[in-house]
Amino acid sequence: MASRLLWASRAASYLRISVAHRGFATVLKDLKYYDSHEWVKVEGNSATVGITDHAQDHLGDVVFVELPEVGAPVTQGEGFGAVESVKATSDVNSPVTGKVVEVNSSPYEQGWIIKVEMSDAGQLNNLMDADKYSKFCEEEDAKH
Amino acid sequence: MTIPQRQKLGRPLMKLIRLREWPILQQLHIEEQLLRTSSENWCIINDGTREPTIVMGVSGKPAELLEIKPVLHDQVPVIKRFTGGGTVIVDGGSIFVTFICNKDAVPDLQPYPRPIMSWSSLIYNEVFHGTGDFHLRENDYVFGNRKFGGNAQSITKGRWIHHTSFLWDYEIRNMAYLKLPSRAPEYRSARDHLEFICRMKDYISRSDFIDRTVRALGTHFSVESEELEAIQSGRSTKFSPLSRLLTAQEIESASCELESPKSLACFSSP
Repeated sequence: MASRLLWASRAASYLRISVAHRGFATVLKDLKYYDSHEWVKVEGNSATVGITDHAQDHLGDVVFVELPEVGAPVTQGEGFGAVESVKATSDVNSPVTGKVVEVNSSPYEQGWIIKVEMSDAGQLNNLMDADKYSKFCEEEDAKH
Repeated sequence: MTIPQRQKLGRPLMKLIRLREWPILQQLHIEEQLLRTSSENWCIINDGTREPTIVMGVSGKPAELLEIKPVLHDQVPVIKRFTGGGTVIVDGGSIFVTFICNKDAVPDLQPYPRPIMSWSSLIYNEVFHGTGDFHLRENDYVFGNRKFGGNAQSITKGRWIHHTSFLWDYEIRNMAYLKLPSRAPEYRSARDHLEFICRMKDYISRSDFIDRTVRALGTHFSVESEELEAIQSGRSTKFSPLSRLLTAQEIESASCELESPKSLACFSSP
């Protein structure tokens, strides 16, 4: 993936990154979740994508975000960008397939990263609802 | 994805590539390719790199991290690598050790930065057992409170890489190319480079360190040597690594923008 629009220290507030470790991660009922810890809010054919609290808790302070350009294709399960926390870059994977129609250019808005015009809404069936995702996170953490 | 072979003892297979004085940019290209296109576990050990080279993390800004004028004057190569983390200057005194693993290669290891970092320290605890006061301090390998190994990672959906540049030895004059970073671990306590780092050669020989590292790996993996040629011959021509050499113009432009964003001097011909 090629780097496009980059933020540095503002990314922390933009993605609502928590500095202190929280005892639980927020899982919202009206969202769908991917197994690499991205959330998606579906409105018609539009999907808004962000990184979950669970992922952010485990990544630590995010210091840098690498994002795609508007118009770039995204594919379910494939990386479209990356976040950097201390020492590590972590791929951000798309939970849907389609085309990027908007990239969050305001660091003070809610913590979404891209909006996608979906080309295959059927793929939403591959995603988890809030309850399944909460259980998924509990099982993942229980292994550690 | 092909499931890696598992030996009868239950340890996952890890392929080992041993290099000597391989150019660091080429090493980074090989690593990135193996991370992105291989399904095997790998360890790469590169014993030194010939040319002193500055290597920045993916978000590194030259103007903030480097003393630009001497870097340009002395034509020190500057690389931006694909992993996170800070800036190092590497040369023949550096030893590089890289682990590239599938996320299920280490049982119960969560593929996140801190667990991977902790796991790596278990390997090096074995390596340095009885040698110096080794531990992982924040995200650095230290003897006492002095850093001798810097780490960086990249984590994909199913795999991760953790690579380290070890200061077996270093040239004092090379440290002058690096600024004190604004983002530094707490234990650094604003010490300058020479007060903050130490040489691994004061504790262990190069060959002992490498041998012990391979042995420590063997307690966790079934290690099998691989020749670099075997990887290079199977290289995908479609893969484009992100790690790259910055041009002098890029470094100079970054410096100009920091000092004076609208300065015409930044855009004048050399």
